[in-house]
Amino acid sequence: MSENQNRNFVVSQENWSLHRKGYQDQQRHMDKVKDAIKNNLPDLISEESIIMSNGKEVIKIPIRSLDEYKIRYNYGKSKHVGQGQGDSKVGDVVARDGKPGNQQAGPGQGKKAGDQPGNDYYEAEVSLEEVQNILFKELELPNLKKKEVADMVTEKIEFNDIRKKGLMGNIDKKRTILTAIKRNAMKGKAEITPIHNDDLRFKTWDEVTKPETKAVVLAMMDTSGSMGSFEKFCARSFFFWMTRFLRTKYKTVEIEFIAHHTEAKIVTEEEFFTKGESGGTICSSAYSKALELIDLKYNPVRYNIYPVHFSDGENFSTDNEKCFKLVQQLMDVSSMFGYGEVNPNNRYSSLMSTFKRIDDPKFRHYILRQKKDVYEALKSFFQKQETTA
Amino acid sequence: MEKELHRAIEEITDIAVGFGLDFFPMHYEICPAEIIYTIGAYGMPTRFSHWSFGKQFHKMKLQYDLGLSQIYELVINSNPCYAFLLDTNTLTQNKLIIAHVLAHCDFFKNNVRFSNTRRDMVESMTATAERIANYEMLYGKEEVEKFLDATLAIQEHIDPSIVRPNLLDYENEIDNDDIVVPRSVYDDLWDLDKKEEPKPTPIFKKKKFPPKPEKDLLMFIEMHSRELEEWQRDILTMMREEMQYFWPQLETKIMNEGWASYWHQRIMRELNLTTDETIEYAKLNAGVVQPSKTSINPYYLGLKIFEDIEKRYNNPTEEMKRLGVKPNSGREKIFEVREIESDISFIRNYLTKELVDQEDMYLFEKKGHEYKITNKDYENVRDQLVSMRVNGGFPYIVVENGDYLRNGELYLKHGFEGMELDPHYLEHVLPYIYQLWGRPVHIETYVEQKPVLYTYDGKRNYRKAL
Repeated sequence: MSENQNRNFVVSQENWSLHRKGYQDQQRHMDKVKDAIKNNLPDLISEESIIMSNGKEVIKIPIRSLDEYKIRYNYGKSKHVGQGQGDSKVGDVVARDGKPGNQQAGPGQGKKAGDQPGNDYYEAEVSLEEVQNILFKELELPNLKKKEVADMVTEKIEFNDIRKKGLMGNIDKKRTILTAIKRNAMKGKAEITPIHNDDLRFKTWDEVTKPETKAVVLAMMDTSGSMGSFEKFCARSFFFWMTRFLRTKYKTVEIEFIAHHTEAKIVTEEEFFTKGESGGTICSSAYSKALELIDLKYNPVRYNIYPVHFSDGENFSTDNEKCFKLVQQLMDVSSMFGYGEVNPNNRYSSLMSTFKRIDDPKFRHYILRQKKDVYEALKSFFQKQETTA
Repeated sequence: MEKELHRAIEEITDIAVGFGLDFFPMHYEICPAEIIYTIGAYGMPTRFSHWSFGKQFHKMKLQYDLGLSQIYELVINSNPCYAFLLDTNTLTQNKLIIAHVLAHCDFFKNNVRFSNTRRDMVESMTATAERIANYEMLYGKEEVEKFLDATLAIQEHIDPSIVRPNLLDYENEIDNDDIVVPRSVYDDLWDLDKKEEPKPTPIFKKKKFPPKPEKDLLMFIEMHSRELEEWQRDILTMMREEMQYFWPQLETKIMNEGWASYWHQRIMRELNLTTDETIEYAKLNAGVVQPSKTSINPYYLGLKIFEDIEKRYNNPTEEMKRLGVKPNSGREKIFEVREIESDISFIRNYLTKELVDQEDMYLFEKKGHEYKITNKDYENVRDQLVSMRVNGGFPYIVVENGDYLRNGELYLKHGFEGMELDPHYLEHVLPYIYQLWGRPVHIETYVEQKPVLYTYDGKRNYRKAL
């Protein structure tokens, strides 16, 4: 610090390194964003932009609770003053909806809160991964019966380390060049050459053993006329998250789509979610198909099998008994059997009343009445449990 | 570098004094970006913690990191006056900022609106921060944050009059009232000696409470809410004091920035700059004083009005001469203006028709999905600018009745002058007021030219036509 008495000013440069307040409150704000995500999970996970994004990494999520609310004027209904280049006329368009004009914020100290009209909520940019992490914290894989062959082990070589010495064949060119550039830059010129012996970097490996885990989701859905777009969307969001969740637990997760009305067939994902067919419903056809598929491709010894069936609950009443038996069979070979019934109007469901007789921890069901219930269904299918029978 | 900076400050200070600027002793602090943006976000070197500051800081720092922010001037109204310089500023940037902040400081010291601001607010806010931190320890961070959230939502609704009629006046009046909020729990002890006269059953002759509509919502709640703990009243008092300190800055944004821009230009012209420095300065200056199509840039408009006043008073018309304006009195006049006006009177008195035309100012409104120019008439533009600056740009809200429906409910009224409130925001603020008041809260306003009452009863919002 130096002082200038006659001039009456002081210039100083203090040590500010302990001044962390901005970062602390920033952290608090981030935590609140996280909380808001958590509190909004039921809405978020059935958010169309996520489900349809096919895993696009960053999504914008409206988080209303983080606005700093004040009593303020209605921007869209007020008159505002602007300045033209000298040739403005009544009727000229100065901005379009959303964000009026170029948002060059004037420099200066003033807080510019709330000067972006039309955008009346705080939009947090959240990566899919964040949502996923928060959601998956609440889910757990039902570990109902220990797989006998739990440890199918594969031995593998993994290149996961970098050293200064190694086999010339394993040289890491990129790192070597980077090191050379860095060292040369320190001497004044950021060039690749010359490359010294010291710059060489080699990849080295470890031998790792990993249990090989595979899972398959047998997605079954009623595509009869009674399943509308809402019902399908619920099913779609559910499968979206379920597959993602299983991927965090298993090395590979496959998914097979079985669509059925009175008979079942294996279809592509697109057909599964978009094609609608009319006609009645025989659910057992899907279950038989699933069993068939398991026999054919997915040996329960090697696969953790998750058959999940979405339906609106309307089934030919004569078929219910058959369903009951087939589901039992499916459960014998599966890790879990899930039944999601999309039933917004609370109709009587013949299938559900049959399934009520099943008393097996592997059987999980949930009745979805609104979009938000996708979250509840996930939680109920993959609930954390204290004790395992 | 440091020596150069010192020399520059000395020179600029000399020039400023020579121009007649009158400022407090200056304290220039050189600091890194995260500090300057911290102080910028909090508005003070040390202030209480709240996530909203963190959000602001994050935004500002991000812009800086991405290279989107322009130069940043940060000056605190205090004695000595603190100004902050970014440690990566070039000398030219620093010169501009120093010239600019000296004029700000002159404004803080001499404008009448600032006459009551505490010049020791840096220390005072530090003390506030410590008290609040202490309350966080005692009552929990969450609890304090919840309370701050509610308080900050209505923080601007104070009475910033420079001369405030004696507050106690209506206190006394209310004390005679029948339904009095007990001032302390021991009040009844005073009455023990008294004979048990049959109390005149309160025939509610019902004096109004408050007797006149009260503008100071914050103080009204602090004094009359039955909901608040002592520490909460303390926080309300402190928040009110902070707002009282910031208020003159809200009221004089256009003038203050205009004044500072006017002087940084005049001062920079006096300096011996190299060609490179001149070009650098010209670019910086152009970035600061630049009109906008969709808003008013206070730096630009304020500057233009000051320049216009000076020009007109240097060459007065016959009419002006008759009124006693002497030729070449422009400089003198602008010093007088900077002393006695605020944005509202500044615009009303000095934004002339010629200036509105010259600056191509217009009114625009939302029409469908577009914002269109709807009017270019001088008076309409001026009046709209004035009404946007009324009450520091915030809707004018008063407490109409603190005992609405004889149920202690709070009845607020929006002084509607043509601009509607944002209903979505309003419905979020009402629960906050409810939280502070503890009973249903109503607010009367206008929607589509019709009076409407918004109510929050602790569970949900209602809206009804009046």
